[in-house]
Amino acid sequence: MTAEKDTVLDMTDLTQSPEADSPEAHSPDDEPNDAAGYYADGTPLIDKKTPTGPIDERWENRKFNARLAAPANRRNLSVIIVGTGLAGASAAATLGEAGYVVKSFCYQDSPRRAHSIAAQGGINAAKNYKGDGDSVHRLFYDTVKGGDYRSRESNVDRLAEISRNIIDQCVAQGVPFAREYGGLLDNRSFGGVQVSRTFYARGQTGQQLLIGAYQALERQVAAGTVETFTRHEMLELVMVDGKARGIIARDMVTGEIETHLADVVVLASGGYGNVYFLSTNAMGCNVTATWRAHRKGAYMANPCYTQIHPTCIPVSGEHQSKLTLMSESLRNDGRIWVPKNREDCDKDPRDIPEDDRDYYLERIYPAFGNLVPRDIASRQAKNVCDEGRGVGPLVGDFRRGVYLDFTEAIERMGKEAVEEKYGNLFDMYAQITGEDPYEVPMRIYPAVHYVMGGLWVDYDLQSTIPGLFVTGEANFSDHGANRLGASALMQGLGDGYFVLPNTVRDYLADGPFEKIDEDHPDVVAARAAVEQRINKLLTINGDRSVDSFHRELGHIMWEYCGMERTAEGLRKGIDLIRSLREEFWRNVKVLGSAESLNQSLEKAGRVADFFELGELMCIDALHRRESCGGHFRAESQTEDGEALRDDEHYSYVAAWEFSDDGEPPVLHQEHLVYTAIEMKQRSYK
Amino acid sequence: MKVTLKIWRQADAASKGAMHTYEVDEVSPDMSFLEMLDVLNERLNAQGEEPIAFDSDCREGICGMCGLMINGEAHGPEVTTTCQLHMRTFKDGDTITIEPWRSDAFPVVKDLCVDRGALDRIIQSGGYISVNTGAAPDAHAVPVPKDKADRAFDVATCIGCGACVAACPNGSASLFVGAKVTHLGELPQGQAERDRRVVNMIGQHDHEGFGGCTNIGECTAACPKEIPLDVISRLNWDLHAALRHGK
Ligand SMILES: Cc1cc2nc3c(=O)[nH]c(=O)nc-3n(C[C@H](O)[C@H](O)[C@H](O)COP(=O)(O)OP(=O)(O)OC[C@H]3O[C@@H](n4cnc5c(N)ncnc54)[C@H](O)[C@@H]3O)c2cc1C
Ligand code: SF4
Ligand code: FES
Repeated sequence: MTAEKDTVLDMTDLTQSPEADSPEAHSPDDEPNDAAGYYADGTPLIDKKTPTGPIDERWENRKFNARLAAPANRRNLSVIIVGTGLAGASAAATLGEAGYVVKSFCYQDSPRRAHSIAAQGGINAAKNYKGDGDSVHRLFYDTVKGGDYRSRESNVDRLAEISRNIIDQCVAQGVPFAREYGGLLDNRSFGGVQVSRTFYARGQTGQQLLIGAYQALERQVAAGTVETFTRHEMLELVMVDGKARGIIARDMVTGEIETHLADVVVLASGGYGNVYFLSTNAMGCNVTATWRAHRKGAYMANPCYTQIHPTCIPVSGEHQSKLTLMSESLRNDGRIWVPKNREDCDKDPRDIPEDDRDYYLERIYPAFGNLVPRDIASRQAKNVCDEGRGVGPLVGDFRRGVYLDFTEAIERMGKEAVEEKYGNLFDMYAQITGEDPYEVPMRIYPAVHYVMGGLWVDYDLQSTIPGLFVTGEANFSDHGANRLGASALMQGLGDGYFVLPNTVRDYLADGPFEKIDEDHPDVVAARAAVEQRINKLLTINGDRSVDSFHRELGHIMWEYCGMERTAEGLRKGIDLIRSLREEFWRNVKVLGSAESLNQSLEKAGRVADFFELGELMCIDALHRRESCGGHFRAESQTEDGEALRDDEHYSYVAAWEFSDDGEPPVLHQEHLVYTAIEMKQRSYK
Repeated sequence: MKVTLKIWRQADAASKGAMHTYEVDEVSPDMSFLEMLDVLNERLNAQGEEPIAFDSDCREGICGMCGLMINGEAHGPEVTTTCQLHMRTFKDGDTITIEPWRSDAFPVVKDLCVDRGALDRIIQSGGYISVNTGAAPDAHAVPVPKDKADRAFDVATCIGCGACVAACPNGSASLFVGAKVTHLGELPQGQAERDRRVVNMIGQHDHEGFGGCTNIGECTAACPKEIPLDVISRLNWDLHAALRHGK
């Protein structure tokens, strides 16, 4: 391991000397370090914003201590919010209502199209409307446990607490959640928990929540507090005097490079699952906004924690551009199985007798059955397919699919009830595969779906760059090494409606801030860097399309940094990424001009950043020689093949600091301390 | 299979456009329509011709970003979004024409991309319930009858794609406006602003240059989310009620 390196930024309020509080620090003496030479060790990182005291009083205390900005001053304080998904739209609306001057950005042609729109299954809240023993503490407990004890407990407790307000807010906005005949809200249960606490709007919960937030946002546009910039892509963060003071964005229609300055910048730019090329993300999902900030000093936390969702429609061909999720809620009533015998794998599933079916999740995990957390369900699907018991078309030497069977549910509930609950999902499946799931069991396979990793933030959701806040999937905050179903929507809206407005307010209370000019040298430099990069991409004029590079990168990531990771594979992955990246900058072919709508150019910029991210993900995965949540290292498993955590060495958040291009990244560890919950090996048996 | 494509190409809003013809081989029936265009774009890029610009994002029928006139039909021959249309709908040897949405209120940005900002401005004019964050009562404070909640949900599934406008001979967005007015109007929470909402949204609709509704019904036939035509009756009913109330 290379020598300790000090942080480049002024991090005095975030770091402290290593000897103070790091008894469990990962030390090279007692553990083989697979990633030696790939990174440098930095000083530990401390979140100084979490209040102390009983866990259930911390958020109340933080809110009380957050300073106020007088209404009259707010018109002089400005906030840029990149992203209009649940996290961004809710924050923009709320800060607009409070009277701040807000600019909101998205790359789509309307804020309503952010990928939150695609969330299907639901949103959790500790309302205990079902009287089944739910509580704030139970939601907290389930989330920390589901995250395999790799999240910050104070954040999770806050999330559980505000979950209740989210539902109230959404209902008041007119979000048409599912209701019972008595007119009250209905709930369903989701993977990894034993209570019904998930609120839903058929299979389109994300859509309905986002439309609620979008309407609140548009209301503020009408009120003049928020200005929206659609078809605008953030390409650089502007920093002045060590603080985030704006962004450089490209108008994707005219190609104009624009400077936007403000007192605070919020990144709500979503997840980076598209680094795998095939994922359930939208085509435009990217890491550019957060990666640009990372390069300027914002630490990237736990980048290797990726969620691979068990219930997606399997890959059908080589031209596939994306994968489609089937909501996990299907696991409530559908039963997952594969044939016991390989010979049966290409038979019509309806002809395979009950005795010859292996309902493997029910068999291995009798307590949770088909409702085990996602990481477990995904890995077991991979295992049975690796054993040669997968179903569907042969992909290479294996069939990559398992059955999700509703025959019994249809018998038990009737076709109408199944249709009522899951109709749109069944229709979607039929549309994509051409098969009728009411007649033939569906085929599913895991796909990249969500990233728990993201920019490191403190309790206030502020990154290591002062004035840069990060919310929603773009931050790392609440889900540890694995996110439970229906918890991302909760986090996005919780961050945007309830957390950020309080913490940004505290930051802005220091204002008014010094006015910055567009011709400030730091602003000019940021802008020039963007222009140069665009020019570079357009003039390489090589032989290969951006998509071909992206596909290949995705393949490397899936192969070596996917569902199961090994030291050897990760090292190989890093080598492959480095040489592909080198070829990209020499041989990519981007046609068209900078001065008009140019979708190849947009993609090229995103893929360029994915290369750098992909490498860091592999390094992070390589250094973490334990299995936890979605991160499964083959070297660290129990005798029966379950993930084996190593709390002694790895119970920390890995926060990575960017060094110069070509220099190894620097690791800062934030140690996780649990006072309100006891760390246990997860068991769903 | 093999298809012939006739595609509208236009450099930008100010330029004149024209149809161009392309052949695409090796189309598999499992491909989505947009994946077929991806394949064409890869080839164009290799040949040094700028790829065709078209919008899409989620590619699962929910974001509303995609939208093409395919053989003169908005989103093509099936009741679905363009991104969910699959090549198994077509036959080997078919000729397919592909154009952008045609409407005065949706100017072409480039090739097959249009500007649908007018729909956002209609929402700004009143497509919301005015409730500030933090001011909400408990979610169970006001029960909502299931049939009302279900009806609100059904029409709230509009994805704002604009196919209804593209399909309408008058270029009217009445289905889109009717869907929002019905969604919020079905719920107790939406009552306080019901009159203002319908008057302002229709005012903005007309101001944006969308045409009037003459009950032809092409909109609902093209709508990928099957928003029913009766939301327009509801729109008219609410407008008359508002005018009666002197709004
Ligand atoms: C198919 C699917 C189903 C899901 N189902 C569920 C579910 O049932 N329950 C649940 O809790 N979670 C679910 N999730 C996860 C959840 O939907 C997401 O984690 C969450 O919605 C992310 O919200 P967000 O606001 O952080 O980001 P997003 O909604 O992705 O928004 C990102 C925003 O950032 C903008 N943006 C990004 N980069 C730039 C840039 N460089 N410049 C300008 N703008 C930019 C985009 O335009 C967009 O507005 C699902 C996810 C997927 C993919
Ligand atoms: S009403 Fe239908 S066609 Fe019109 S915008 Fe909504 S979803 Fe699209
Ligand atoms: S791309 Fe989202 S609906 Fe078609």
